[in-house]
Amino acid sequence: MASRHRPEDSALGTIDPDTGALGAGGGATEESELLVVQDLSVGFGTEDGTVNAVRDVSFSLRSGQVLGIVGESGSGKSVSSMAILGLLPKTAKVTGSIKFQGQEIVGRSYKEMRKLRGNGIAMIFQDPMTSLNPVFTVGWQLAEAYKAHHNVSRKAAWAKAVESLELVGIPQPDQRAGQYPHEFSGGMRQRVMIAMAIINDPELIIADEPTTALDVTVQAQILETLLRIRDETRAAVIMITHDLGVVAGMVDRVQVMYGGTVVETGEVHEVFAAPRMPYTVGLLGSMPDPSLVGKRLTPIKGTPPSLLNLPTGCPFAPRCPLVADECHESEPPLADTDRGEHLVRCHRWSELVGRDNPQELFAHEEIGTVENPAALTNANPDLPVAEDRGAEQHEVAETENTEETTS
Amino acid sequence: MAAEAAQASTGTVDLTSTGFDATKARRQSTVIIKRFLRHRLAMISLVVFVVLVLFAFIGGALWKYSYSYEDTTGGGRYLPPTIDHPFGTDSLAADSLSQVLRGTQFSLLIALVVAFLSTALGVVLGSIAGFYRGWVDNVLSRFVDLVLVIPTVVLAGVLARSTQGNWYFIALFLGLTSWMSIARVIRGMVLSLREKEFVEAARALGGSAPRLIFRHILPNTLDVIIVNATLAVSQAVLAEAALSFIGLGVHPPDTSLGLLINKNQNEITLHPWLFWFPFVFIVLISLTVNFIGDGLRDAFDPRQKRVRA
Amino acid sequence: MFRYIVRRVLISIPVLIVASFLCFCLVTAMGDPLGNWKTAKPRSPGAVAAETHLIGYDKPFFARYGNWAVNFVEGDWNRDVTPGSDLAPVKSSVLDALWVTIKLVLAAEVLAIIIGVVIGVVGAVRQYSIFDYSITGVAFTLFSMPLFCIAIMIKAGGIQFNNWLQSLGSSTRWITTSGPPPGGFQGSFGTQFFQYTGAYILPVISLLCIEFALYSRFQRGSMLDVLNADYVRTAQAKGLSNARVILRHAFRNALIPVITVSALNVGALFSGAIITETVFGWQGMGVLIVKSVSNIEPWMVLGWLMVTATFIILFNLIADIIYAFLDPRIRLD
Repeated sequence: MASRHRPEDSALGTIDPDTGALGAGGGATEESELLVVQDLSVGFGTEDGTVNAVRDVSFSLRSGQVLGIVGESGSGKSVSSMAILGLLPKTAKVTGSIKFQGQEIVGRSYKEMRKLRGNGIAMIFQDPMTSLNPVFTVGWQLAEAYKAHHNVSRKAAWAKAVESLELVGIPQPDQRAGQYPHEFSGGMRQRVMIAMAIINDPELIIADEPTTALDVTVQAQILETLLRIRDETRAAVIMITHDLGVVAGMVDRVQVMYGGTVVETGEVHEVFAAPRMPYTVGLLGSMPDPSLVGKRLTPIKGTPPSLLNLPTGCPFAPRCPLVADECHESEPPLADTDRGEHLVRCHRWSELVGRDNPQELFAHEEIGTVENPAALTNANPDLPVAEDRGAEQHEVAETENTEETTS
Repeated sequence: MAAEAAQASTGTVDLTSTGFDATKARRQSTVIIKRFLRHRLAMISLVVFVVLVLFAFIGGALWKYSYSYEDTTGGGRYLPPTIDHPFGTDSLAADSLSQVLRGTQFSLLIALVVAFLSTALGVVLGSIAGFYRGWVDNVLSRFVDLVLVIPTVVLAGVLARSTQGNWYFIALFLGLTSWMSIARVIRGMVLSLREKEFVEAARALGGSAPRLIFRHILPNTLDVIIVNATLAVSQAVLAEAALSFIGLGVHPPDTSLGLLINKNQNEITLHPWLFWFPFVFIVLISLTVNFIGDGLRDAFDPRQKRVRA
Repeated sequence: MFRYIVRRVLISIPVLIVASFLCFCLVTAMGDPLGNWKTAKPRSPGAVAAETHLIGYDKPFFARYGNWAVNFVEGDWNRDVTPGSDLAPVKSSVLDALWVTIKLVLAAEVLAIIIGVVIGVVGAVRQYSIFDYSITGVAFTLFSMPLFCIAIMIKAGGIQFNNWLQSLGSSTRWITTSGPPPGGFQGSFGTQFFQYTGAYILPVISLLCIEFALYSRFQRGSMLDVLNADYVRTAQAKGLSNARVILRHAFRNALIPVITVSALNVGALFSGAIITETVFGWQGMGVLIVKSVSNIEPWMVLGWLMVTATFIILFNLIADIIYAFLDPRIRLD
């Protein structure tokens, strides 16, 4: 990569305001983009119909840039990242385009993607407890990742494994490399996952909720490690999270997803300071803020929409305090706001301009009067609702639980 | 993955629209029944099984020959299937159809008793072991290990030696010797369920141990219990047949399909109908029950459906 | 590892001791060994007392157990004792029978695991393919058939096959349907091989039919679970080839549950061997136990149960050791 810009140099590139797609704004911009995602849609056929997990998502990323993708569970953020790696199940129907270093990824076979995986694009998964193979030593798994892309001796690969363990701050890396995953703590395992991601010096690291499964203090260490690695390797990072705190401290640009599509995108401080989409406002209001001790949180009422047979209109409309008739009639395009480079998918964004405390919009109802406790739980973006595979059962158990205790 | 997410969120959306009360539970059971009804193989199996049961019990009562009928004239030995004797006759000129129907009756009775007994024993012992843990669990688990050290067929056969081969004793002993696997499964589930928040909550509210087990924990294992009980029926049919086949099971005057096959095993080449008819009945019972169990499993846990065929 | 094995062996000893007592209770529950003899015709009290003494039933229950246990450990396993029996010594009868059965069981088990695992893995990797569906169907059908029926059919098939061989002009009947030759296998290597395969092929196939269905189902299920596991996704994300992901990462993990099942299944396998032997007329454990239970031979049944229990415990131990080799998490405790 010849030109690795600092993200400040040019944050966004040119984006067509109507479709949200990248316009053909000059060859130079096109070339320096590391990753260009255009009109990406992913659908899963099920017995009950098609689940539109991702709809018309477009974004781009340069080397060294950190993009935050924020949203509730089931908003399509993880699915889009798996699409970039080409690791979606065969039942998934992917349309649109994903270009990595100018090469099209959509439609490539598993085999054709192999060279890119781990080497060009590396991934850090959510749960370090289950993401490492329990029957092989950590060093073996790291060395394997290196050998997958480098024709080196076993010894050299092992040395590389130890070196990368050291890089992510694991003490006594040469001894630790000979141990099995179950001998590592959660934070240490996540470091191992980071080491595995950087061992081949990738251009792009996708971190899918890398800190969700960890303790708060460990979370901070892991984020710090990730940032340091980013600085040292100059790789681009896509940070998928539901934790706005993580986003605020780490990323250059943020992209808020809801109902499988991007609803707001822009430079991170811009979006946080002056959100132009009621959903983002609600997310910010749901986030506990230590400086506001004693103040009520203002959660969003209701639950995220089912991605199965989405109704027409804005997917957030049923929960939106600013909802108007037009919101039920058509889904708004991702369009410009009053600020440059800040796009939202909202008919009524102008209502938010000039409000000092937009969170108040969600505060008209007291928490205690919410008639549906389940809805309240699900509205909290900090609770993964249906991310893992056992989600359905998990949720049934949880509802039963409430039922048991109330009966 | 995403499909699951979507399904889960459909559930919650429905929840908001219907309100939060017992409708949730009802809705879930109708969903399960609907899924089962959609499982074509299981539905066909259920129909076949019901027809089989009716045929054995009602048909057996209505059929013109009784099982004890013997054509003493000697002319009717080894008759191949005819209209008069649809399943032919055996070496004593007895009507095979009535024999097979009676064998089916006994096999079904034994299987149902065994399935009921082993499930009840396994669930109670397994949940006690899992709930109390500690020495209770240790004693019960060691006991299970111990019983597994002897092949079930032999264990039941030795136990049944003193009972002259009455069908209810055979059923009792088979039940007493086949509860271990369900006990293990339930124990494991209870071990993890007892740590769940809703059990904690019930305990904090002062629920007694039996109440915790039967009202709060076991309902959550109901799907596993039902599926296992169903599969236990088919295993019991086979186990009883095996036991009777080696001569340690049912003795005359009682009978069973296993005993019939034992009696006629050497006829397979010369008088094949004597072997094949009881055989087909055993396989039909066992196969249909297995398919029903499979359909139930899919209905309870659609997640597994993608895993299974 | 060595200490793990030693500890597991030591744990087995109390299990065997308790098992021996339970078996003794079972054997006592079978009834009076002299029942038939007493009712056959009127016996004088003196003759009854003499017979009771002969079979050892004149002592009270616990003394009888202690007596037997001490003798058993010292190597005297008693004999067939009921009137009219051939007074066969228990130890040599049971061990001879075990030797016959063990070869059959091991051959079937090893083959069943190999075939089952391979088919299960292929079925899981090619989920919903025609291969997968047909194997699932076959396994389901085999599951639902009584083993003895399969054996009877295979036996009939074997006889047909022999007839067919003869019609082709072969002078010897390759497949034997009535057990190994009474004098054991003799002759040149070629003849012996010929006899061995001829005697074993049908019973082994019969046992295989049931067992491979079980293992392939389990292997398929656990393989599918593992293929959905996070670490398999990690392995894919590393850029490994599909073959490597399946064979190195998924396969080894998927093998672990199958090992457990195969250990738990030894008892069932033994039951299966009993039935198979009965059909094919082998003088193994099956024929021995059926005869001994029918005649109420207490010491023979007891010896049989003890040997079987030891064999099953041993098999479980082997499975545990393999398990520990496959799963490093076990090795710590």
